[in-house]
Amino acid sequence: MVDSNMVLNGQTIAYTLYCLAIILVMGWFSLRITKGGKSKKVNTTLFYSFVVFLVILGVSLHIITYNTIPWTAMDLNRGDYIPDRTFNITVENHKFKLPEEELIINCHELVLFDVTSNDLTYGFGLFRPDNTMLFQMQVVPGHRNDILWFFDKPETYTIRSTEYSGPRGIYMIEEDVVKVVGCDGALTQ
Amino acid sequence: MSFTNTFLNGEQGLFNADTLTPMQKITLRFVVVGLVYYGFAVIEGMIMRMYEINPLPFVNEDQFFAILTAHPLVGIFGSTYAFVCGAFLFLVPYLMKKPLWSIKLANWNWILIAIGTFIFWLAGFISHYSPLYTLYWPLPADFSQFSVVGGTFFIVGIALVMVGAVFFIINVFKTIVYTPEGWDKQPGGALLASAIGYSGLRNLLKKKSKQKEHLVSLPVAAIARGTVDMALNSGIILFTGVLILVYMVGAILGFDLKETAVDALLYKNWFWWGLDLIADGLVLIFVAGTWYLLAMLITGKNVYMQNLARAALLVELIVSWTVWSHHLLSDQAQPAMLKVVSGEMVTAFELITQGLAFFITLATLWMARPLKMTNELKFLLGGLLGFALAVPAGIMQADVGLNRILHNTQWIVGPHVHVAVLIGLTMTLYAAVYVLFPILTNGAKLYSQKLANIHFWFHLIGGIGMGAFMGMAGLKGMLRRTLYVEGEFNTYMILAGLSGALILLAFLAFFYNIVMSVGLKGVIGIFSPAKLKTKDLVPQVSD
Repeated sequence: MVDSNMVLNGQTIAYTLYCLAIILVMGWFSLRITKGGKSKKVNTTLFYSFVVFLVILGVSLHIITYNTIPWTAMDLNRGDYIPDRTFNITVENHKFKLPEEELIINCHELVLFDVTSNDLTYGFGLFRPDNTMLFQMQVVPGHRNDILWFFDKPETYTIRSTEYSGPRGIYMIEEDVVKVVGCDGALTQ
Repeated sequence: MSFTNTFLNGEQGLFNADTLTPMQKITLRFVVVGLVYYGFAVIEGMIMRMYEINPLPFVNEDQFFAILTAHPLVGIFGSTYAFVCGAFLFLVPYLMKKPLWSIKLANWNWILIAIGTFIFWLAGFISHYSPLYTLYWPLPADFSQFSVVGGTFFIVGIALVMVGAVFFIINVFKTIVYTPEGWDKQPGGALLASAIGYSGLRNLLKKKSKQKEHLVSLPVAAIARGTVDMALNSGIILFTGVLILVYMVGAILGFDLKETAVDALLYKNWFWWGLDLIADGLVLIFVAGTWYLLAMLITGKNVYMQNLARAALLVELIVSWTVWSHHLLSDQAQPAMLKVVSGEMVTAFELITQGLAFFITLATLWMARPLKMTNELKFLLGGLLGFALAVPAGIMQADVGLNRILHNTQWIVGPHVHVAVLIGLTMTLYAAVYVLFPILTNGAKLYSQKLANIHFWFHLIGGIGMGAFMGMAGLKGMLRRTLYVEGEFNTYMILAGLSGALILLAFLAFFYNIVMSVGLKGVIGIFSPAKLKTKDLVPQVSD
């Protein structure tokens, strides 16, 4: 299944190519405007074509991601799903209070993380051993903060607060506490 | 001339502060304040860049986050607001060919920005008050982490800057509508309608023969519309400041109000609505207006597709009121409808409005070629490139799917925020400074073109490089607003730090160049009372 690394790799390639292209265009433009030229008019067709291009680009980005990034539709409609497993987590005084049982997830399970803050605004994110992010959400006090995720790869994840909650918040890290097991070549409990 | 002589009297002794009008002096005071606080922000930025590589022995973690809190506020309020207020208080009367409504109010404007910024910076420096500019509730009132007295001074400092901003807003609108002494009665209502776009909107519904002419020029319309957003965000920030102050005063008097009725999510929506009127409102509108003005000044011609440019500014103003939800895409309690409509769809309009401004400016330049590659032109092109890089980065992160893995990473603050601010916004402001320099100094000469070139290339390469390396770290999972004490992302942070050093060197080159151009006596003279008693913007040349 498409995961965050794959999405971000795609984004890196697309955005890097765009950056190189626009830098080259601006470089070319900067050289050309110091020289005279035959045609000094800018056709209005070109202008309106550019407007249409921007509209298509702006809208299509969201349509493409909605249909290709698997968690998007699930996230917006998460009330329609029944999770295989739910973890209730509380945050208070810059500490995560995890469930007493270990956070073990079987491969191909749909898991709901329901995180409650009793004081400040925090963040909640899962990170791989190489520090790359699987997902994150904000944890706002007085509101339900829940995220649904489908796990299909064997991995051990670290929980980390992804929102600033004062200097004490930088140590809100629970290392290697979420384990996904049971996939081919998976981690064993 | 000897070095000492140039340092004291400026390049060829051409700058004489005694020849300046009160308006020129005020504008230059704004510029000096803006430059000084830009220097603060750059040095703070470099301290944080170094700290991200290896914690510095003379800065502890609390101090680091106090710097992180002050840095964007000093940069935006202390520096950018000063530049923008100074430039526009000069340009609105300059373009409308009438005196500024109140020189006294303009003086209080820069004084309040200067003092207010210093107070909140100092409060953070001494007390380490560090709820960040986001002020997520109830962090600003968390007195188990922060000093209540330090916080009180911090908020008072911000409030003073906002009062300064209100003075600017009053002065801009009054200047547009008022009738100067000895003039025929000005059509104040019609001027205001033209400035904010109401008459343009009505024209759309009328036959061509019945359409009314625009009473104010395109750059003045841009300034007026950006100022509407400034008025709204000043109100929001002032109100929020008062709210926080109530909690602080309560704490000082021994009452803990932390658990009372403020809803954290509602507050977050409210405050982001206000903050976004800066980031996605007045900055984009002011920048587009400045691009048009610069293009007109550089080419001596009207802007390409002027009426559409005007309409796009109005669309941008309305869009800026409805996009705040892209900051709450990772807040699960935020309604999905708001995420999709405001956070994604309306936000995508910024690609269109800013794209139009980009195209129109380039087309205006293209039609006037060949052009001389002056400092203002090259910095304008740099500013255009900055937004061409940063706006698409912002549109990508304003997507429900992508935001899930980008929110609060270094991607947000690198390729989007820093490239937009440092390259897009700051290079546009530098272009304005270079183009206004001879007008404001009555023909003073720039000390060194080589230093101006160094300024340009170091700033451009440093800014893009820093944004790029921060972005790469973000894509590898590095969060913003935290510390990695085991060097997890050091390769990227070292490269970002080296790029940051280029920005610092660029600033030093620019600062030195400006001081050597006007001389130390000239800088001091800017702050002495004007000897010319006139409301004219520049001295009148007698035949």
